[in-house]
Amino acid sequence: MMAQAIETKELTLSYGESIIIEEMDLRIPKGKITVFIGGNGCGKSTLLRSIARLLKPKTGSIYLEGTAIANMSTKDVAKQMAILPQSPVAPEGLTVLQLVKQGRYPYQTWLKQWTKEDEKIVNDALKATGIEELKDRAVDSLSGGQRQRAWIAMTLAQDTDIILLDEPTTYLDMAHQIEILDLLFELNEKENRTIVMVLHDLNLACRYAHNIVAIKNKEIFAQGKPEDVINSRLVEKVFEMECEITTDPLFGTPMCIPCGKGRCILKQRVSAHA
Amino acid sequence: MSKNKTVRFLNGKVSFLFDRRAIKVFSIAAITAAIIFIISTGIGDMKISPLSVINVLFGGGTQMEQLVVTSLRLPRIIVALMVGMSLAVAGAILQGMIRNPLASPDILGTTGGAAVAVVGFLAFFSDENNALTVSIKWMPLAAFIGAGVIAILVYILAWKNGVSPFRLVLIGIGVSALMQALTTLMMILGPIYRASQANIWITGTVNGTTWDNVKILVPISVILVMIALFMTRDMNIQELGDDIATGVGSHVQRQRIFFLVISAALIGVSVAFAGGIGFVGLMAPHMARRLVGSSFGALLPVSALIGGILVMLADLVGRTLFSPLEVPAGIFTSAIGAPYFIYLLFRTRNS
Repeated sequence: MMAQAIETKELTLSYGESIIIEEMDLRIPKGKITVFIGGNGCGKSTLLRSIARLLKPKTGSIYLEGTAIANMSTKDVAKQMAILPQSPVAPEGLTVLQLVKQGRYPYQTWLKQWTKEDEKIVNDALKATGIEELKDRAVDSLSGGQRQRAWIAMTLAQDTDIILLDEPTTYLDMAHQIEILDLLFELNEKENRTIVMVLHDLNLACRYAHNIVAIKNKEIFAQGKPEDVINSRLVEKVFEMECEITTDPLFGTPMCIPCGKGRCILKQRVSAHA
Repeated sequence: MSKNKTVRFLNGKVSFLFDRRAIKVFSIAAITAAIIFIISTGIGDMKISPLSVINVLFGGGTQMEQLVVTSLRLPRIIVALMVGMSLAVAGAILQGMIRNPLASPDILGTTGGAAVAVVGFLAFFSDENNALTVSIKWMPLAAFIGAGVIAILVYILAWKNGVSPFRLVLIGIGVSALMQALTTLMMILGPIYRASQANIWITGTVNGTTWDNVKILVPISVILVMIALFMTRDMNIQELGDDIATGVGSHVQRQRIFFLVISAALIGVSVAFAGGIGFVGLMAPHMARRLVGSSFGALLPVSALIGGILVMLADLVGRTLFSPLEVPAGIFTSAIGAPYFIYLLFRTRNS
């Protein structure tokens, strides 16, 4: 059996009285890219947040490399797993270096704020994300793509095997979306880091994921390689939308083309008038 | 030259990264504060040259100079410096915690709580002849208790599975308004002589400070500011938001209570000895942020110095401009602070 980075057992999540995820048993393989997909409000972000201990489970438990997170100290968790929440905001005037440096928080003490190791790992993170040149610039003065790179650099500086990202491409234009996903793919390839993220774009999810988890009705609808699980029936059930699935001409991964009405609306209107 | 300076010693057991610019700004602010301290000590009805002031501080000078400096001026100037520092550090912590540069010590209701306590103290302990039945020395204690009780009340009311900065602000503003109403009510119902006394106190003044005050205020302020300086890493991380802070392994709620206690204590002790000196907690950290950026390691010490400078200047202007009439220092901090606040609102309007 393949090693699991994260495992949930009978995990139930709720906001107040309303149940979001019910008795979910989820396994996230080590060293792979796993992407959560699903319609709006299906609980994919909630699931990611609970794995990152930002939300307390109602019942059930979450295991990190075999150990229950509830039994670990929060700093020990932080040394194994980093989370980048959705659209984080940096305080005005904070420089890229000052931000990225804070990824070292779980390793620091008051007297040891900038060890040689801290310096090396922060520099590596800046290099990996290609923002070395920007390290003295204010985060709020950067473009959307650069800013997201700075935040990713911060999570890299945490030096963890597992990185969770909640919609890392939201609010970015298409070019920057690809840039960020390429960067994450490379991190996975080169450094073998386990990456778990929520993505909205199904086609990009198919391109970059080794493992897709489709969530519907508070539970896992399907999980596996994009080629194995993505088909028109799944999209119809999970997203409640008709579509055709073809093959991505560049990578051979599944590609979803929504049916919708599109320009037919025009024809319908004409026929209604006739 | 690199923007930062790495300092490591004891075989790497101790290591820091300093921002060169912050060190420069801090040094300039420290020198400015020292100069204002000395000049202010020399100015008044009897003028003493800065050199003579330094001479007196080291035990020299004429007997007259010694009397004026040590008995009359030093206590109030030391208190002005300390109160300015405390309010500025409290303001910086709150702004970081609430993640809003427009936050200030007043919005937590602490200042209001202290005001109610003082007005209540003056009203309840007066007899028919308008004489106080207990010593006025207890007034700072009343103010401190008032500030503390309200800080705790606001925290409890804002609690809902932990305390979110947003709820804290809303509850704080509500409680502040209530405190203001109570203050006004008691001032109207109480004896007229007490009302004017209370009013001066509410505006904020360091007039009439004694060495006894200094002996209580200085150690408390210094210790609280030192504790705050030890927590700058945690403040930095909390300013990135609860999710990020939790993600890197910080105990967000536990630290939030701690920050609140420190800032409430700093505000309480300032209000107790100098009344409601306004806007320093808003202005000083904001100015510091413009000079050295958002990192608390640099922001806190620079804010503290700017806060001290502001209150010392306000006191200097207040006691010399319309001499022999004394204007409370709080009037001048508000006179600069209110327009500055409007400017801030105006500037953030477009972002």
